[in-house]
Amino acid sequence: MKRQALLAATFLLAAATAAQAQTQPAPLKAEVIHWWTSGGESAAVKTLADAYRAAGGEWQDTPIALGEQARSVAINRIVGGKAPTAAQFNTTKQFYDIVDQGLLNNIDDVALKGGWDKFLPEVILNVIRVKGHYYAAPVNIHMPTWIWTSKAAFAKAGIKSDPKSFDELFAALDKLKAAGLVPLAHGGQGWQDNTVFSAVLANVGGRDLYLKVYKDRDPAAIKSEAFKKVLLTFKRLHNYVDKGSPGRNWNDATAMIINGRAGVQIMGDWAKGEFNLAGKVAGKDYGCIAGFGPKSLYVIQGDVMVFPRSSDPNTVKAQKLLASVITNPVTQVAFNMKKGSVPIRTDVDASKMDLCAQTGLAILKDKSRQIGNGEAYMTPDQNGALQDVISNYWNRDIPVEKVQKEIINALQD
Amino acid sequence: MRGSLLRRQIRRITPWTALLPLALTVLVGYLGGALWSLFISTTNSRTFPSTEFVGLDQYERLFDNERWLLSLHNLAIYGVLFIVACMVIGFLLAVFIDQKVRGEGLLRVAFLYPYAMSFVATGLVWQWVLNPDSGLQNALQQMGWTSFTFDWIIDQDKVIYTVVIASVWQGAGLVMALMLAGLRGIDEEIWKAARLDGVPPWRVYVSIVLPMLSATLATVFVLLSTAVVKAFDVVIAMTQGGPGTASDLPAKFIMDHLFGRANLGLASSGAMVLLMTVLIIVAPLLYVRSRRKEAR
Repeated sequence: MKRQALLAATFLLAAATAAQAQTQPAPLKAEVIHWWTSGGESAAVKTLADAYRAAGGEWQDTPIALGEQARSVAINRIVGGKAPTAAQFNTTKQFYDIVDQGLLNNIDDVALKGGWDKFLPEVILNVIRVKGHYYAAPVNIHMPTWIWTSKAAFAKAGIKSDPKSFDELFAALDKLKAAGLVPLAHGGQGWQDNTVFSAVLANVGGRDLYLKVYKDRDPAAIKSEAFKKVLLTFKRLHNYVDKGSPGRNWNDATAMIINGRAGVQIMGDWAKGEFNLAGKVAGKDYGCIAGFGPKSLYVIQGDVMVFPRSSDPNTVKAQKLLASVITNPVTQVAFNMKKGSVPIRTDVDASKMDLCAQTGLAILKDKSRQIGNGEAYMTPDQNGALQDVISNYWNRDIPVEKVQKEIINALQD
Repeated sequence: MRGSLLRRQIRRITPWTALLPLALTVLVGYLGGALWSLFISTTNSRTFPSTEFVGLDQYERLFDNERWLLSLHNLAIYGVLFIVACMVIGFLLAVFIDQKVRGEGLLRVAFLYPYAMSFVATGLVWQWVLNPDSGLQNALQQMGWTSFTFDWIIDQDKVIYTVVIASVWQGAGLVMALMLAGLRGIDEEIWKAARLDGVPPWRVYVSIVLPMLSATLATVFVLLSTAVVKAFDVVIAMTQGGPGTASDLPAKFIMDHLFGRANLGLASSGAMVLLMTVLIIVAPLLYVRSRRKEAR
């Protein structure tokens, strides 16, 4: 008898638990692969995880250091049939091959419901929308070609205010040099050389030339006098770097700005993380210039989440929830304040963000000033080949005409 | 009777079974991998392997690529200098220690010590030492030798030699250890006989000892050659292939295109060229060896 009662009780308990489980569905589990591993970056990704949890999901974090590494792990797992729920990529053509293979779920209804077409910059839309479908949720906008200035170094060199044109920039660099400082803090690694080049192309070349070279890869534009001037201006900057520049990491170059040893650095807004860590304040200790002139371009780079193919309804639900949480205005501000980037939408409350981010958001409101990073238009392969040419030109004395030919060659299909 | 037959059978099979895992690894992993790369190198594969045959297009593109040609050129410089310097320095160190010097144990450890370091650590250390702003040059200049300059690491034309220096520093100790083992294996009687005949020691080393060490030399050569072909981490840690692409090596070119640039096809064709180069160098060596064995 006793045994029977016990059995019955167990059964009842089991039934009750099952019923409870039915009324309260298990949280939607989302495994996310990303490469936000540095201190500031993990703080940023935590805001995403918190927001996702608050929306009723379960965030499973899979951080992998280095973008290249994280992307290849994601691709291998997608191919191997053990895909994560979401994976980080850059706002570039990096994930187009996976789209072509039909290995991603689209998030059309989230994009439609969220009205993405209305608030997302054209550049981002053009990257995430492939053949009419939305394959990625944008997370942030980084601007790779900010010009950072050290107020301390400028004061020492007797420079009153931040330069407002490239000519003024060169004048400032000359003064810094005369004052015995390192004028341009530069890390001589291929991608950083390429970043400086993009800054010159955007500021000296202007929108049309920028697009003709990066997007159309037009040989006539590359052969033009205007582009030659861009290349020569870029090369002229090399006169202002110090001997220790080759191979230097970007954050070591930023440290030179922070301690006033150097005057200017051209680097993405992730550099703000370094300034923040050192307790420096934008506008007081350092200046940030997005570009020269009232029509200067805002180069858009950033990260997106893609959602690997799955037919499991729970996974699909999790992916959609994640996409809408990430693009939500509140999450956007929280994440980007930590990350140093700016939100993907301008309809947010930016009052808590720093001076540079506010400057950036203000520029972004003007559609004619938005432009994509080189990789938004070129395949990783073309971008890499271009970087090789640019980096060689930066480091070696090569006739500019030869460089023009090499660039045409590098950007061929 | 039957039992012993069975036992004999088992005994005959055992070594083969023991070798099976390795054989499979070689067949599937190495040979299979090489064949797969060969196949991929004739397709237009990008992020994913594709089956669209494009013939030798990738190879054409490869040899049209200045960076690839430069990396091959660098590999040749690096390979020859690294192997020769390691063997010469390693041999001299071994001979030095073989003189029954005092504190032999300590010296041996000191010379072998760098080998315990990974190439990554080696690269980083030498990057710091050679950095003209904060390293050796700066230190000596501050000590008063103001005219001292050693900035090869930022010089496009000389940077590859700094990679050689770092690699030799790391590898010479191992060569010394191997050579020393060889030297210790040489019969004392030979030395006594040479001394009786009044042959100077250097002559004994060159004309008698070195030829006797030919097996050790071959081993050292093969070890160093494999280190050359797979050299990758030291460049990554030291120069990241820079300034520009001046210190690029084929392995780095291949890795860049395999992952960052999502171009499996081009990366595979590079890997095949590298494999061919190795085979061209190693095949004659193997041929000579097999002939020698037959002759014996």
